[in-house]
Amino acid sequence: MRLHDVCPSRPAVEPVMSAHFMAGQPWRFYRTLHRCGKHSAPLWAPARLWSSSSESPPLHTRALLFLTQRFYDVELLMGLNSELKRRTVQWKNSYNSYARQRLGMNIALAHFVLRLKGGFRYVGQDDWFRVDKRGKFSWDFLNHKNTPIEEVDLSHSLINFTGLQSLEGQQSLRTLSLRGCSQVDDWFLARLHIFQNSLEELNISDCPQITVGGLAALRNLRGLRYLDISSLPRISSPGLVVILLEEMLPQCHIVATGYDLSMFQDTVEDEKEIKEQGKTDNRTPGMQ
Amino acid sequence: MLTWRRLHVKVRAAHAPLTSRLVTRQHAWTHGHLTSCLKLSTSTALRKDFFKDVETTFVEMKKKAADALPSSNWSPFYINPNLPPERADIVIVGGGVMGWSIAYWLKKMENSRNGMRVVVVEKDPVYTQASTVLSAGGIRQQFSLPENILLSLASADFLRNVNEHLNVYNEDPVDLQFNQSGYLFLANEKVAHIMEENYHIQSQFGAQVSLLSPTQLQERFPWINTDGVALASYGLENEGWFDPWSLLNGFKRKAISLGVIPCTGKVTDFDYTVTLAHMYDQDVMVRRVKSVKVQMPNSPEYQPVECAIVINAAGAFSAKVTEMLRVGSGDKYSIDGIPFPVEPRKRYIYVFNCPDGPGLDTPFLIDYSGVYFRREGLGGNYIGGASPDEENEPDAGNLDVDHDFFVEKVWPELAHRVPSFEKLKVTSSWAGFYDYNTLDQNAIIGVHPLINNMYCATGFSGHGLQHSPGVGRALAELILKGGFETLDLSVFGLDRIMKQEPVLERNIL
Ligand SMILES: Cc1cc2nc3c(=O)[nH]c(=O)nc-3n(C[C@H](O)[C@H](O)[C@H](O)COP(=O)(O)OP(=O)(O)OC[C@H]3O[C@@H](n4cnc5c(N)ncnc54)[C@H](O)[C@@H]3O)c2cc1C
Repeated sequence: MRLHDVCPSRPAVEPVMSAHFMAGQPWRFYRTLHRCGKHSAPLWAPARLWSSSSESPPLHTRALLFLTQRFYDVELLMGLNSELKRRTVQWKNSYNSYARQRLGMNIALAHFVLRLKGGFRYVGQDDWFRVDKRGKFSWDFLNHKNTPIEEVDLSHSLINFTGLQSLEGQQSLRTLSLRGCSQVDDWFLARLHIFQNSLEELNISDCPQITVGGLAALRNLRGLRYLDISSLPRISSPGLVVILLEEMLPQCHIVATGYDLSMFQDTVEDEKEIKEQGKTDNRTPGMQ
Repeated sequence: MLTWRRLHVKVRAAHAPLTSRLVTRQHAWTHGHLTSCLKLSTSTALRKDFFKDVETTFVEMKKKAADALPSSNWSPFYINPNLPPERADIVIVGGGVMGWSIAYWLKKMENSRNGMRVVVVEKDPVYTQASTVLSAGGIRQQFSLPENILLSLASADFLRNVNEHLNVYNEDPVDLQFNQSGYLFLANEKVAHIMEENYHIQSQFGAQVSLLSPTQLQERFPWINTDGVALASYGLENEGWFDPWSLLNGFKRKAISLGVIPCTGKVTDFDYTVTLAHMYDQDVMVRRVKSVKVQMPNSPEYQPVECAIVINAAGAFSAKVTEMLRVGSGDKYSIDGIPFPVEPRKRYIYVFNCPDGPGLDTPFLIDYSGVYFRREGLGGNYIGGASPDEENEPDAGNLDVDHDFFVEKVWPELAHRVPSFEKLKVTSSWAGFYDYNTLDQNAIIGVHPLINNMYCATGFSGHGLQHSPGVGRALAELILKGGFETLDLSVFGLDRIMKQEPVLERNIL
């Protein structure tokens, strides 16, 4: 059932527009542009949507309306900008199934890591493969089709949840460094269970998106011996979190530097008090 | 936008006596910016109460005076500015998470901006009784029906990218406070085979779940007493819990920014036409809603909203909405005599403190006895509860909590499963209504065969919060595109209700 069949009061959708949109998913940018264009008409023309008052708006209101319209353009540009950024991240993290099938998992991963400007080390070798300052790298890794990778360093890279797919299947990955990765979030940490038997060292310091909700998922990494959670900006009571993590991962050495130590003490004590009192606000039950 | 706000503030300052009028007018003219206007008008709340009171009286007085001026549009009849519009394309009854999710997806899929007018009618803007905010906030993939598994996967995907979907320009991102702690189901010998079958279905559809023997369970969760457990299944990914408020507000804020009209009021009646049709081998009356009667809060005033489509997302009280159209009042043996099978069922949640409890290690644990619990925050708090037996359903007329239920039914099982819970202390509790589907405890999604322009999204019986993103999208597709596209949810259609053929989950409880 189409809408305009059933509702005569509804302004009919222009056929040209609907043709565009019926033909598959349009590009999101186009849609925003379109929205922007559509929006200006009802703002200018005093088409009433609401049942009260009927005069035309006073001058200052019209000026404001004018401005909001101009700001739609700014908003559009800003939106476009973040969309482009998002696309770059997605592209960098895209999964190369072709390389994986033709050249094998290890080579595909090696290429993926170097493309993200990271580094890695093969099992039984001391040398690291890394990109140089200009982002160039040697293709020597093509000779190591069957050597598994043991250490991966993706510090300060754009790796995200999607990118993790390229690391899947690495049964001998022991060390993973994700220091300062802006796209690494809690969902990423939850996904790390794919290395649950092999991963021994994990560095997630300086990751701006990580919260306690994600750290809880590290319980699945049963072989973890070393964990660096320094300087995580979204952890509000680091002292308590470290204690809880130590309880959860008894065999693991946890490093947490870069937190304000005086606050550190305070929060531990505060939280202990809370723990003893155990008060939860009854009015907002669903809240954490 | 910033400049615009600043300007707005200036205008406010310059016309101080007229403030409230200006703000309402802004509402009317730039409904796309409703949120920022709201923000401005709440800023007074920061001031001292006394000054606020004086100011409001003053403003009101001035407003009356200004209204009496010849140039004003004052009329002897008071027009309530909160009235819903007289006409709309789609009216959504119920502004819980489901209603707002549907509103968001409808707007997201519409062809052109303001191409259709969507109104969400909510009787209780602070949500004292809505299940959404009284839920436990859990999301799991561990179901047995492929549709439920896929819905959860779709919703997890939505929640993972929540800020790509629900970000509003110039506003803070949505913070769901998602806890990636997984669900742990425990089965005894009697139901272990069901768990195993479910596990295979779940894996087949892409859920990351692992089966654990009692020994493995003991090894991974040393604080559990494995007595009586024959098999456990543990979700590794996409499972946990989050803050229902954040999701609800996220949907609401985004939907409003896309042009959905929020309205506070109660749907009390419908104006509808009836035609005779032949279906399910019988002659039946088919209704068609012409307008929705919206009663304004605390006043006898109401507004009929003419509309093309009504969506019933009234949660536990959705049967009340269909009753207004006399569905279920017909002859007992005809399909018109089948009542809408959703009723409120009261469920308690108890908050307890236990400093020696399992801490950060706690998943959302569901025991075969029916008892469940999860961690709540980091201060050694947990929340838990259980569903009562069918015969002992508590009275759903209020939201009072029965504390004996905890002592008699919940605590013994908790302490048996986690010995450290013997020393727990209950600190608070609350109750909420399940939107309980009496036929098969599964969702009801689709158009009502006896009301040909009413779509339903209700009856979730305890898993509606987690499925709201997926269901909202599916229903929007059904309405705007004429059929399900990304996920076929036709098993949850109302056809099964008319035929009384339940679609059941295979549970381990
Ligand atoms: C104790 C408890 C625990 C739960 N735990 C979970 C969980 O862990 N995970 C999960 O996914 N789900 C859970 N649920 C279920 C979940 O909360 C619901 O399925 C979901 O919130 C339903 O959303 P809704 O929007 O349909 O209903 P609601 O949130 O109830 O919203 C319906 C709204 O409609 C309004 N309304 C009703 N009638 C009218 C009318 N005539 N006019 C205007 N407005 C009206 C109401 O005021 C209400 O705000 C739980 C529920 C309870 C009670």
